[in-house]
Formats: sequence, structure tokens, C-alpha cells
Amino acid sequence: MDEAQIRGGVIAAIQAVAPELEPDELQASQPLRDQVDLDSMDWLNVIVGFHERFAVDIPETDYAQLTSLDAIVAYLRARLR
Amino acid sequence: MAEFTMPALGADMEVGKVVEWRVRPGDRVRPGDVVAVVETHKGAIDVECFLDGVIDDLAPLGKELSVGAVLAQVRAAGEPRVARPSVAQAVPVAAPAEPPAAAGPAATVVAGAVPRAKVSPAARRRAAERGIDADALCGTGADGAVTLADVESAACAPQPATATPVRVARGGFDPTLMRQAIAAAMGRSKREIPHYYLAEPVPMRRALDWLRDGNARRPVTERLLPAVLPIKAVALALRDFPELNGVLESGVFRPSSAVHVGVAISLRAGGLIAPALHDVAGKPLELLMRELADLVRRCRAGGLRSSELSDPTVTVTNLGDQGVEAVFGVIYPPQVALVGFGRIAARPWVDGGIVVAMPMLTATLCADHRVSDGHRGALFLARLRDLLQRPEALQGAS
Repeated sequence: MDEAQIRGGVIAAIQAVAPELEPDELQASQPLRDQVDLDSMDWLNVIVGFHERFAVDIPETDYAQLTSLDAIVAYLRARLR
Repeated sequence: MAEFTMPALGADMEVGKVVEWRVRPGDRVRPGDVVAVVETHKGAIDVECFLDGVIDDLAPLGKELSVGAVLAQVRAAGEPRVARPSVAQAVPVAAPAEPPAAAGPAATVVAGAVPRAKVSPAARRRAAERGIDADALCGTGADGAVTLADVESAACAPQPATATPVRVARGGFDPTLMRQAIAAAMGRSKREIPHYYLAEPVPMRRALDWLRDGNARRPVTERLLPAVLPIKAVALALRDFPELNGVLESGVFRPSSAVHVGVAISLRAGGLIAPALHDVAGKPLELLMRELADLVRRCRAGGLRSSELSDPTVTVTNLGDQGVEAVFGVIYPPQVALVGFGRIAARPWVDGGIVVAMPMLTATLCADHRVSDGHRGALFLARLRDLLQRPEALQGAS
């Protein structure tokens, strides 16, 4: 899975929870949760969405690394390698 | 014969419209079955019927009906069928089997009282799908029955005079109506309920450590959120504080033996809704977590059930994700208490004479002075705080 595919899957998983998200307006290097209104239930659903799309089980202790869209993509690339 | 009536889906609801029947006349219904979809200011709600028997005399779609209006009749198993004009029975040319006065009290109530045209079940289903009032159509079938073809032609007509635009998007909330409903309920609360407010800081290290260790062993799909612990703790603590759990209506407080926690859930389009998690004290955390996730999903996507809106005996609001330290809420009538939680954050805390950084949660109570006093409220918050120091005690069914 290349980076573009991962990025597309990540955005789709976020949009499944926050349908109002406009991907073009998302600043990929900026903190995600400043730009998208995700409460802790939403965030858990996003993580479950990653699990379903990429078959990775992200431990809670790694949540702190998943700050921005770029960071999430980098994290998943490393895990999927 | 029992009447199935328009339920009050919260204190602020006065009228609703049946926009879909999930049953057909003559169907067997069991307590808890979803039989209809009713449009309210809270969106389209799946309405359950708690009667047991055969349902008949369904109210027409799209008609605004008051809370308490008869929506259908339910005959107990084995009960003889009472002859009355109904969807399945009305035969315009034949004399009624009995005079209208004998048709029972329901005949005087708006729903179920109007003799309706014969409509084939297939036509009624299709009409419901298309948002057409089948009873208002001119039938071309035998005895003037409305057929599938009649519905289809009505549906295709460019501006069908008989069609009623009753379909609403599932989960679609009209923000204006929602705001009016919130304003009405909260205005009534502030006018009628003498609120008092208490706050208590709750150390959360033990609870969070316990949760983190448990979640490390759980697959991602079964992880618990911290929010589920205070909800369970509220339910367990309330068992010894009946004056905080129940409803006050017409000046009479009725405590509830079960704790149905209304969980305030904000909607992405604005507004909020506080449907119930049922029997919280008796459920293990894993089940509560699944039910909470399901409730949030259905609040946003549609599919809330009537009992979830009419049953809460207390409300919990958690604004922790929004970052506030504490929330002092407004009681949702006819309830008499609301418990609020803010954000869990590290704060200085004196533990054994030493100042330590401790993850803290501020629990608040607002309660109704007509039923309880600050003394009891304070004891309740202390019990809640102590329960959260023993997270393993929150785990199981009890």
C-alpha cells in the first residue's frame, strides 16, 4: 500500500465519523483535532476505522503520536511495512 | 383491546406525526417491538409498543397528533375482534356490525376514529415508502380499494394533491425546531425547578490506570472510554439516593428503582439530545460501552427508540472532551437531578501531606430542592467520588 492509498484511507475513515470534513481544507501538518471536531467517542471510532481499513490495532499508548494527518500517515506506513 | 397511544418523547413534546408504520393491520406485536416511526422535533424516532397482541386500526400517516392520541388498537391473543371501521375491514356499502356508539371510547379520539378507505397491504407499504397518505387516495380496485397501481400513479403525478410530504431524513434534525425544543425545556426547568449546585474534585489516577491496563488487553473494537466509568458510578451511587433518581410530575415525585441514565449527546449539526442508557447499575462496563457507542451513532444517524427518550430518570453530561473543568447543568424536566463531568486533567493535589500532580475530574450535581437538599446531594457526590477510587467495583453487573 503506497502513501497515497494510506492517505486516502485515513481521510475516508475520518470522514466516516465527521462527514462535514472538507479534505481540501485540511492542513495535513497541523493538529488534526484542532481542525476537525472529534470527541473521544469519535476518535475511538476513527481508530476502529483504521483497524478495519488497514488491519492494524493501534494501542492507546500510541494515540499521542497521531497528531496530524501527516503524522497518522507516517505512523501507518511504518506499521504496514 | 388496548390503545396504543402517541408517547411523550420528552417533556417538551406536544405533537408528533406517524411517518411510517412498521407493522400492518393484523400483525402480531410483542412488548418492545418497534411498530412505527414518529417525526418529532428530535427527528424521526422509532416508536415501540409495549402491548402484546394483534395490532389494528392504524392511524393515518402524516397527520399531526397530540401526545396521548390513539395510534392503534391492540387486541390480546384470543380476544374477539371488535367490528369497527378499520383499514382492513371498512366496507363502505355494508352496514356497520354495530352502532358507532358501541365502538368504544377510542372512536371519539382523533386517531383511529376516522373510517378509512380499503387499502391493500402492498399499496400501504408502497405509499409509506413514497410518503403518500394512502387513505386519501381514490381507489380503483374492488369496492373502491386503493391498489398498488393507485399509489404508483399518485407517486408519479407531478403535483399530487393527495400526497403529503411526510418523509423526513432519518436522523435529520431541523436545527430551528431543535433549538425551540431545548429552549422550551430549559426555560421550563429554570422557571419551575429550584436548582442547587454542588461540585467535588475526584482523583482519577486509580481509575485511569485500571482502564489503561484493561484496554491494553482489549482489541481496539472493545476498548472502554473513560466516560463510561462515571456513568456507571453515578448509577451505583444513586441506588442509595432515591431522591435524586426519578421524575416529578404534577407536584408528585416518583423515585425510580431502575437507573436509566440520560446521556447528553451533542449533534454535529448543533443541538443536543439526552437519550437513556437503560438499567445502567446492572450492566457490566463492556456492555455499557457498546450501548453508549450505539446510542451516539443512532443519535447522529437516526434510529433512536421512543423508550430511550421517555425513560431517563437522571441525566449525565460530560463536557470533558471540550476541555472545561466543570459543567453546572440545567435539569431536564421531569427529572430532578443532573450530574456533570468536566475534563480529566493533571492538577496539584495533596496526598498524605505532599503536593502531587494528580489527574483530576470535577463532578458536579445540580438537583431539585423540591425533592432533596444540599446535604444529601453532598453525600451523593462523596459516594460517587469513593466509587471512582475503586474502579474494579464498577466493572461487573450488580
